Amino acid sequence: MKLKRWIKSLPYSRKIAPYVFISPFIIVFLLFFVYPVISTVIMSFQKVVPGQTTFVGFDNFKNLLNGDFLRAVTNSVIYTVITIAVLIPVPLIFAVLLNSKKMIAKNFFRAVFFLPALVSIVVAGFTFRLIFGEMPTALLNSIISNFGIEPIKWLGGPAPWTTFFALLMLCCWRWMGVNIMYYLSGLQGISNELYESASIDGAGPLQKLRYITIPLLKPVTIYILTISIYGGMAMFLESFMLFNGNRSPGGAGLTIVGYLYRLGWEQANIGYGSAIGLTLLVITLGVNAVMLKYAGLFKKGE
Amino acid sequence: MKTKRVLSLLISIVMFAVLLTACGAPAQTEASSSADVPTQPATESSSNAQPSAAQPVDIEFWTFQDLHVEFYQKMAEKWNEENPNEPINLIPTVYPFDDMHNKLLIAFQSGVGAPDLVDIELGKYANFLKGDIQLVPLNDIVEPELNNIVKARVDIYSKDGNYYGICFHVGAAVIYYNTELCEKAGIDWKNIKTWDEYYEAGKKFKAALPDKYWESVESGDVWHMWPLLSSQGGDMLTEDGKPDISSAQMVKTLEFNRKLLDEGIATVAPGNYHHSEEFYALMNSGAVASIVMPMWYMDRFTDHMPDLSQKIAIAPLPVWEAGQPRSVGMGGTGTSVTKQCKNPDLVKRFLAFAKLSKEGNIEIWNTLGFDPIRTEVWSLPEMVNSDNKFTEYFVTNPFDVLNSIKDEILSVNVSEALPATLDAMKNSVLTRAYTDKNVDIPSMLAEEQEKIQY
Repeated sequence: MKLKRWIKSLPYSRKIAPYVFISPFIIVFLLFFVYPVISTVIMSFQKVVPGQTTFVGFDNFKNLLNGDFLRAVTNSVIYTVITIAVLIPVPLIFAVLLNSKKMIAKNFFRAVFFLPALVSIVVAGFTFRLIFGEMPTALLNSIISNFGIEPIKWLGGPAPWTTFFALLMLCCWRWMGVNIMYYLSGLQGISNELYESASIDGAGPLQKLRYITIPLLKPVTIYILTISIYGGMAMFLESFMLFNGNRSPGGAGLTIVGYLYRLGWEQANIGYGSAIGLTLLVITLGVNAVMLKYAGLFKKGE
Repeated sequence: MKTKRVLSLLISIVMFAVLLTACGAPAQTEASSSADVPTQPATESSSNAQPSAAQPVDIEFWTFQDLHVEFYQKMAEKWNEENPNEPINLIPTVYPFDDMHNKLLIAFQSGVGAPDLVDIELGKYANFLKGDIQLVPLNDIVEPELNNIVKARVDIYSKDGNYYGICFHVGAAVIYYNTELCEKAGIDWKNIKTWDEYYEAGKKFKAALPDKYWESVESGDVWHMWPLLSSQGGDMLTEDGKPDISSAQMVKTLEFNRKLLDEGIATVAPGNYHHSEEFYALMNSGAVASIVMPMWYMDRFTDHMPDLSQKIAIAPLPVWEAGQPRSVGMGGTGTSVTKQCKNPDLVKRFLAFAKLSKEGNIEIWNTLGFDPIRTEVWSLPEMVNSDNKFTEYFVTNPFDVLNSIKDEILSVNVSEALPATLDAMKNSVLTRAYTDKNVDIPSMLAEEQEKIQY
């Protein structure tokens, strides 16, 4: 009798209801996230071949100590650092300008900045490949030839900075608008009264920016920094499209994920690929954790 | 009140059921969709005496190349005409190159989802010969034909004496000359027999046309230099399948190309490959006089370089010393039958019909423009005198060239180490050999050899 009543009351239980409501997410999360992560960890200690999978201990991780992987890590780190160095201050300034009352054609500029984010990377990468072509007739080379500069071999040329320049241009063009949007939404959350009282105290526009806008936008900045670190370290498709495949002269466009793809899939060494993936996870988690700690995000209540 | 409760319980149960069965649903729809695909052979065979035996068998086929589908569909039609008792229904799917190989790898690893018949590219093939091989040995269809075909083109898809794939083409390496440029520079390309003569011709060419290039080399691919290596008896891999990129032959090959580059006779292909848009544009503009590429590069000329029509000649490659073999079979796509195939016997016979038979090989030339692997068809009048876009485009007849080098086509060594070795060549070795300023090629090669892991 008691059991029967318990079963009857089950759909009305306040304790169970929340779990029922979140169960779709939890199930999807367990199935498509936790399970793959666990099997990645297991596979990183295995040599995976059909029917003959064996445990090989730390061999896959020992293999990571080679020039190509170091090259991939260096490339990814440089790329991340320069994208962050550009994609945080510049969007911030643009957002402040776009938010200013004196700005004309605000909505037009917002749309123009945001549009590239809607373009698929595949299309964007292809277009940029043509822009950065090495022939004297390619767009960029024909522009610089007007200034008397010799055509440059942009992609995978002798100097590494040209490759990074192309990647950086693609990245900035595409993500500038998104970061501006983040900052704009942050700016709209800053109360006008603060600026008014600052004006009364005699603060100029630059001082307002320095002492009100930037500090109050810190949560947005931290958010952008976090996703940029992840996005930069996991960059792959941009380089893949720019070089028309997962290969670039002398590894100029090799990234960690590109290396993972090459070893894991193109050379069918999934165990080694898993080890690379895990290493990438550890690097990004570590960098982000340190960054968030110094940004003070883990401190409770302030 | 009570009915309401029952109702709500029912609804929640249904909702959960929907959630849980969501994964099972696709399989069902797939089964039903393949069942009601209407096929011509089915209606044809309904008048047959044994309707049950004439039910068309579905053959699922994966490839990465549209043209291959066209070829197999033509062959399936012919098969159905000739074998009304065993009709087949070819279900082709075209995936992007990498996608298809990755999907196949996953299907083999997990044991479900692989097609019956599949095209696997040579550079990827070794990946599918690891562990317990998930492909069906084709010895019973290949062995009877070994004397009629270029054996190397099935050897490259074999392991431990079992043949697993059959190639589309020989992929014989040849040299393409721009005859117009040769004439302008006063060079008779027909008389170039050795690489020394080729180099001397290049010097003469450069003196006559300083703003053009005698040759183009790829810093991101190996087609242009592999034949130079093979004709000396070298290769990327040793006979037992170990990476071997620091051999004396390799040094000689790369130093030769570097000499041409340093003297301005040759250029590195813009975009780094002979398959880049930039290179097609450069070649099409008539700025490069010759390239070393396999026979299958013919359709890049016809499709991407229309302005060179009637200006390109195909010739056998020069050699280092007279008497060395003048060609090597390169690249290729092997069609294989997977172990997950339900009717391996029928699919194998269809594969033999499509790729080993005489009419199949004639169709390969007509549809795909490849040099087919069955040598007897090379001299058939309908092949030599065929009228298609290739014979229209080129100054020389491709089959005349093929017949002249028939017995000199070498094969390359293939093993599990090949994908990693080729990656090293494409990503690092060639760029360093051709573009680094003061590179010491022997020590650079030794260093790169050490780095290859597989």
